[in-house]
Amino acid sequence: MTSRLPRTKGGFNFDNHVRNTMMEGKGLCLPKATKTGTTIVGLIYKDGLVLGADTRATAGPIVADKNCEKIHYLAPNMYCCGAGTAADTEMTTALISSQLELHRLSTGRQARVVTAMTLLKQMLFKYQGHIGAALILGGVDLNGPHLYTIYPHGSTDKLPYVTMGSGSLAAMSVFESRFKADMEREEAITLVKDAIEAGIFNDLGSGSNVDVVVISKDNVEVLRNYAKPNERGIKEASYKYPRGATQVLKTSIRDLVDIKETVQATTTEAMDIS
Amino acid sequence: MEYNGGAVVAMVGKNCVAIACDKRLGVQAMTISTEFKKTFQVTPKTYIGLPGLATDVQTLAEKFRFKVNMYKLKEEREIEPRTLAHLVSSTLYERRWGPWFVEPVVAGLDKENRPFICSTDLIGCINFAKDFVVSGTTSNQLYGMCESLWEPDLEPEDLFETISQALMNAVDRDCLSGWGAEVTIITPDKIITRTLKSRQD
Repeated sequence: MTSRLPRTKGGFNFDNHVRNTMMEGKGLCLPKATKTGTTIVGLIYKDGLVLGADTRATAGPIVADKNCEKIHYLAPNMYCCGAGTAADTEMTTALISSQLELHRLSTGRQARVVTAMTLLKQMLFKYQGHIGAALILGGVDLNGPHLYTIYPHGSTDKLPYVTMGSGSLAAMSVFESRFKADMEREEAITLVKDAIEAGIFNDLGSGSNVDVVVISKDNVEVLRNYAKPNERGIKEASYKYPRGATQVLKTSIRDLVDIKETVQATTTEAMDIS
Repeated sequence: MEYNGGAVVAMVGKNCVAIACDKRLGVQAMTISTEFKKTFQVTPKTYIGLPGLATDVQTLAEKFRFKVNMYKLKEEREIEPRTLAHLVSSTLYERRWGPWFVEPVVAGLDKENRPFICSTDLIGCINFAKDFVVSGTTSNQLYGMCESLWEPDLEPEDLFETISQALMNAVDRDCLSGWGAEVTIITPDKIITRTLKSRQD
């Protein structure tokens, strides 16, 4: 059946652009997009790799989300940390994740990390840096563990230990002083945790908790809120208002009732068609 | 955002959620209307709040009504609040480079009557929160109010007092918002909508 509705073609829509630039020219300031001024890290250890991220999202100087997720799922053997414009990291990883799923279904094989890296860099390069996604891609495939950083303009690095985001300098200082090749699992996780915590405490754009993902040959562990170095204290007193404190002008209550429909068969006389 | 003004806040309570908005419509400092509501019912137990540029508020309210109705016809069921959040997100991200000037808030109960709230920025980055979400020109003030007033497991009546006082005291420090407020409490068996008596300056 053909639909008379306008079919969504996919891709971006620039209809509002002219209007928005006109309004901006008239001095209307547009609201800030959520950024993740972030600390994200990754390192390769003996049996695989460890990814780490903080959990703060900001809109300008305001903390927009105190416990967001920055380690995104890409494929069963691949995860991706995102820094930069939050919507861009979220949507870019979701799009590539979907492409990888289709790739896996059509080839019947586990996707390789280079494939994901190439898809991501080609998309980011195509948009010439306007998609503000700075990524750390980590995964294990038949060729072993791979760790990449992908910059918003589409350049990539392949390194044994990497950091990104506004807290990358703090995190890299921890890695530079303590990273060793072929570390044990526990040692690697602790180093990642310490690097993220360096970002949380020394970078204003990073904060709250530590998320960790450990990927080895045939095992993936998602350790959400692995460390919580900034638990909120318990309130000493309640600031609850007494009932009736707010003056109300008008109240309308709509009761929601479950309507149960039953059909009862009845016998009726046949219509007279003589 | 600053052109028309407006504030929306949503909170989670015990087996209930609340969403509240102010009612001002302005053109910069001049108030045009005090009956401009910014929350819309999407399904029996889901509301969406759309603070921002008034032209986009109304355009998107209609756009979402259309999309939710199409979803209902295709799926033969009501849209879940979490699904609605993703629908909102992708609708906004489609306009990544020419956005709608709105910061939507979704509040509702899912099919198991579990509370759900979330907000998104103007290009569709979802913020799932377990406590409260704020949006609009009053967001900074609302963050402060909610962070101190909100506590877990509030009963519907207590949640009403908390969200009302959070909103009314926040908009008193924002000249672009206020002039009346409307609060909606969504519980498994009823929806209570209250219009508040508030300052008119």
